[in-house]
Amino acid sequence: MGYRRVAIVGAGLTKFVRRAQETGPELSWQASKMALDSCSLRLKDVEMITLGSAPDGFDGVHMKGEYLLSGAGGSNKSYIRNFVGGGTGVFAPIHGWMHVASGACDVCLVVAEEKMSSCHPTPQGAFITIFDHTTEQPLKPTLIWIFALEMRRYMERYGLTRADIARVAVKNKKNAMDHPSAQVAGEYTVDDILNSEVLAEPVHRLDISPAGDGAAAVVLASEDVAKRLTDRPVWLDGVGWNLDTSYWATKDLYYPRYVEKAARMAYDMAGIKEPHKEIQVAEPYDPFDYKELHHMEGLLLCPRGEAARLTAEGYTARTGNLPTCPSGGALGVGNPIAATGLMKVIELFLQLRGEAGKRQIPGKPRVGVAQAWGDLMQVGTVVVCRS
Amino acid sequence: MSGRFLMNGRVAIIGIGTEGFSPVTPHLSFKELTYCAAVKAYRQAGLHPKEIDSFITASEDFMEGYSIFDEYVPDQMGAVMRPVHTVTAEFLQALGVGVMMINTARFKTIAVEAHSKASNIKTLHDVKAFALDPVYLRPLEEDAEFLAGLEMRRFLRDSGNTEEQCAQVVVKNRGNALLNPLAGHGAKLRVDDVMASGAVSTPLKRLDAAAAADGAVMVVLAAEDVARSLCANPVWVDGVSWFSAEGNPWSRDLGVANYAKLAARKAFAMAGKTVRDVDFAEVCDEYSYKELQHLESLGLARPGEAGYLTENGFTSLNGDLPVNASGGSLGVGHAFEASGGMKVVEAVLQLRGEAGAHQVKNARTGLVQSWRGVPTATGAVAILSNE
Repeated sequence: MGYRRVAIVGAGLTKFVRRAQETGPELSWQASKMALDSCSLRLKDVEMITLGSAPDGFDGVHMKGEYLLSGAGGSNKSYIRNFVGGGTGVFAPIHGWMHVASGACDVCLVVAEEKMSSCHPTPQGAFITIFDHTTEQPLKPTLIWIFALEMRRYMERYGLTRADIARVAVKNKKNAMDHPSAQVAGEYTVDDILNSEVLAEPVHRLDISPAGDGAAAVVLASEDVAKRLTDRPVWLDGVGWNLDTSYWATKDLYYPRYVEKAARMAYDMAGIKEPHKEIQVAEPYDPFDYKELHHMEGLLLCPRGEAARLTAEGYTARTGNLPTCPSGGALGVGNPIAATGLMKVIELFLQLRGEAGKRQIPGKPRVGVAQAWGDLMQVGTVVVCRS
Repeated sequence: MSGRFLMNGRVAIIGIGTEGFSPVTPHLSFKELTYCAAVKAYRQAGLHPKEIDSFITASEDFMEGYSIFDEYVPDQMGAVMRPVHTVTAEFLQALGVGVMMINTARFKTIAVEAHSKASNIKTLHDVKAFALDPVYLRPLEEDAEFLAGLEMRRFLRDSGNTEEQCAQVVVKNRGNALLNPLAGHGAKLRVDDVMASGAVSTPLKRLDAAAAADGAVMVVLAAEDVARSLCANPVWVDGVSWFSAEGNPWSRDLGVANYAKLAARKAFAMAGKTVRDVDFAEVCDEYSYKELQHLESLGLARPGEAGYLTENGFTSLNGDLPVNASGGSLGVGHAFEASGGMKVVEAVLQLRGEAGAHQVKNARTGLVQSWRGVPTATGAVAILSNE
């Protein structure tokens, strides 16, 4: 026997905001309740729960999964927290897939929560301790530093300018104006991006997604249950993940090999041979504008070094050949880490059901890919969805 | 639930590796602890890490001293550029996820790892206190162990067990540990020694609580066909389940270990076995009263009888139901997320007849149970057998 086919049958998403009044468990509750309501299920119908959330340092709570448990409906259930850093949001539904595909349960609730504003004065305080304590922490690095290195390497490799990359921020922030959860949507010009305050050259403030608070949830079901619950299930047909070495400084940063490996794992499972032709909507992780380009290439959606040119030609616009981050992405909707990844999967769910409202891309898309990325330039998580 | 979880055949443990367990390991970093355990486990399984399909680590950021500890996982396991993920959970839960993954039929072999480098933590009690809810419990400015004291008092009152019977658990387990070469806290104690050891959180006394240990565990899981072709003495994971009881400590029944009750019910159903089939048990004894409480909640002793059975040798090495023949957390040392791993290793040794001086007679089916410690009500149960 093989694995059971798994469908997304419901979804919930809170607003992404700078400082939520709600606690982490309350945000988790909101998203979970919305997801269950959207497919007319009650908590008692859920057998198992998996929750994704990035570092405990954000909330300042040890064993954060246990802290969020009551809000996510985990009391008296099989409940577990999965964690692959920034890749967690897309890994959470992969973890849920394991639950349902294996036959461990028929209905699994997948929750992703992040409350970054608890971290004082900024989440960078939590990020200092992601670095190696002997070789890196004494340099007092910030995350933005290492992204500046990666962005510069990517630009240098392909002869790109900041303007080539800034178009991604312009597109995504504009797309997000149609997203009800969006935190930093807006109409900007390329010059606005270029002239925003410098953080660490070549990274400027508008190249980067904001810290945020929010939660997302989806309900996964086995094929027979999914068909009873909805006539428009969206199938999780491919899952892949991959983790590269901890020694990030020893590798060439221009290309995310680990994203390619994760994508190949997911495409192989979904039977996708030519992703650039078969994928009709993409939600790559875009915490920085260059990251969307980097990830399009890693996901094999375009040849290496071509993503910026395709963006300039409108290929990735909502009306283009391959709409990319039609949600508005992390750059527009906001970036409460784990919640953002799951937000992207929810965007595929809505687009493939034709329920994305003003964000709906034309042409009744049937196949989409979502991806997240994290740790020290290390982890790729990929799901392929089909209607 | 029975049967469905094992729709793709049985899952076996085909390799185990440990390093430690010792109160301190100044000669080994956490990476080296894991490396040593991994090499042993792969060698025993007869597999190169390249032949392992996926890897799982159970860890918690605050215990590691890193944010996003997932970053530092792959290299020492030989798992660079491979599908690796972290669960912020206990080893036994990670083992359950591994069984689930093999049951999707997408994976044939899974390596599961957990480790403790508790000796690196300067302020272990402060880390534990960070697990308390920041709104409701942290303002009390209490050490998290106050909850263990409350639980112990409630359990003793409800069940009629006594403090002396709890002390007897300490005497038994630390005595068993003298026979176990892995154990770092073996000792010949008397009940009076425990009773006179001074209060931690009344009625909990210093010797009622397990001391910390460093150590690492790696277990290699395989699908039935792989296990039979590679391994002469596979140990089968017949049932495994994890549960969380009421998430908030203030609305939880502190007298009963409901998580153990729920997980045992499901694990037994999966295994098609009952408590009568259990020849020996390794249950969580981070605190002495927990062994008694768990035995009763698991159904291995009737309510109120676990203390009596302990006093009368029923749970000793040569008793009818040997419990923690390894020495348990009290005797081996508590290795946090890896503690359940140590108990799985013990069960495998027992079922292979390789436990040496602490071998129990006629071991065919063993029960392993874990708990995540205060302030959680989360735990897991696995039923292992050699036939």
